[in-house]
Amino acid sequence: MSSAPSPPIAIVDYGAGNLHSVAKAAAAAGLCAVVTGDPGRVAAAQAIILPGVGAFAQCMAELAARGLTEPLRAHLAAGRPLLGICLGLQVLFERGEEGAGAAGFGHLPGTVCRLSAPGLKVPHMGWNAVRPLRSSPLFDGIPSGAYFYFVHSYQAMAQDRHDVLAVADYGGPVTAAVQRGQVFAVQFHPEKSSVVGLRLLRNFAALAAGGAA
Amino acid sequence: MLARRIIPCLDIDEGRVVKGVRFENTREVGDPVALCRRYDAEGADELVFYDISASAAGRRTMLDTVEATAAAAFIPLTVGGGVNSVAAMRDLLRSGADKVSVNSGAVADPALISRGADHFGSQCIVLSIDARRLPGDGAARWEVVTHGGRRPTGLDAFEWACRGEALGAGELVLNSIDADGVGGGYDLELCRQVSAAVGIPVIASGGAGAAEHFRDVLASGVADAALAASLFHHGVMRIPELKRYLASAGVPIRIPSGEAR
Repeated sequence: MSSAPSPPIAIVDYGAGNLHSVAKAAAAAGLCAVVTGDPGRVAAAQAIILPGVGAFAQCMAELAARGLTEPLRAHLAAGRPLLGICLGLQVLFERGEEGAGAAGFGHLPGTVCRLSAPGLKVPHMGWNAVRPLRSSPLFDGIPSGAYFYFVHSYQAMAQDRHDVLAVADYGGPVTAAVQRGQVFAVQFHPEKSSVVGLRLLRNFAALAAGGAA
Repeated sequence: MLARRIIPCLDIDEGRVVKGVRFENTREVGDPVALCRRYDAEGADELVFYDISASAAGRRTMLDTVEATAAAAFIPLTVGGGVNSVAAMRDLLRSGADKVSVNSGAVADPALISRGADHFGSQCIVLSIDARRLPGDGAARWEVVTHGGRRPTGLDAFEWACRGEALGAGELVLNSIDADGVGGGYDLELCRQVSAAVGIPVIASGGAGAAEHFRDVLASGVADAALAASLFHHGVMRIPELKRYLASAGVPIRIPSGEAR
């Protein structure tokens, strides 16, 4: 593992329920991270972690109300490193169908639809095996089939299959991770996925710092 | 495919684990944070705390314990024991609990479940049911009891489980008062009947005494997770060995990888 100090990562505070869990896991993983809801600091961040649990429309509304939409949009457009977690993955897509529906960032083409399959319990809650579809620094040192902790009722349906980095099997393949350039996102909760989750956070920090884990 | 879950449960009084934890390493005895770190490292899938503190000071201590645990163990944490208001749920969730469990508070006020689900989402609300098998020769029936089994409620446990789901509970813990502490195995029939009727995960509790008991209760259609306390705390069974056994018995289970450390 690289011992070079990495620049601080901004963990975006917009009132998300898992914010503190993410911050604690980031600290335990040794990340240099700051929790901030300040648009200026988010705009200046070299790398961003976007947490999130709850409803799609509410998340977008909270970000907008706090002046965070534009700095995040600019960060995505510049292709700077970002890690979305759970709802933080879903809002990267064009549209969420939850409730009355809402527009997302549209960074990745596709929509977010309710999970459904006969006999399937929703939410998809618990530990499921994650299989990367290609090699990626985000999964460095993490074996294919490692279990991560999921809690979600909606799933991202990517239009461009190249954006899908990893899948889990839950009544068929479910998008577990996406990647486009330096923009990453995971549907599961690395902050609740024990050792492999902390490793994934360290991997993100390392690639955000421009090195290998 | 989702893995079945193994969940150690800790009874906590005034910030200390009770029920005679007997590990060789004395530093871990009684300290919930150290125990949770150990269980996380050993491959526990979730943790459950039951607060049995009788005093208000003990309840405040619990919030500190939850916060310290959430900074040390990185698996989901459910906290219950005396939760009877949305405010109490919010305090626990803000301190770092991922879910809260309600038991006698929901028996007294069933709408507590729906209020919790409305505020925090169903995935946060666990309904814990203490069930006692009713005597009789006909079809098996169970009554909901509270206060450690001392107080019968007149509620049918199967009906209460179904109602709990309808009110918005995201998971059910079925604790067999008859099997608890005996070590003769979980009440499979209770779990099977409820699992067949609800669409939310069922967590079996009470009765674990051997690895085979976990295999039997985690079979398809019985329970999604198994909770145990003294068996783990006393070191009678270690989670890594239990999980290896379950995997070899064909139970879908998470075996943490050493490579990722």
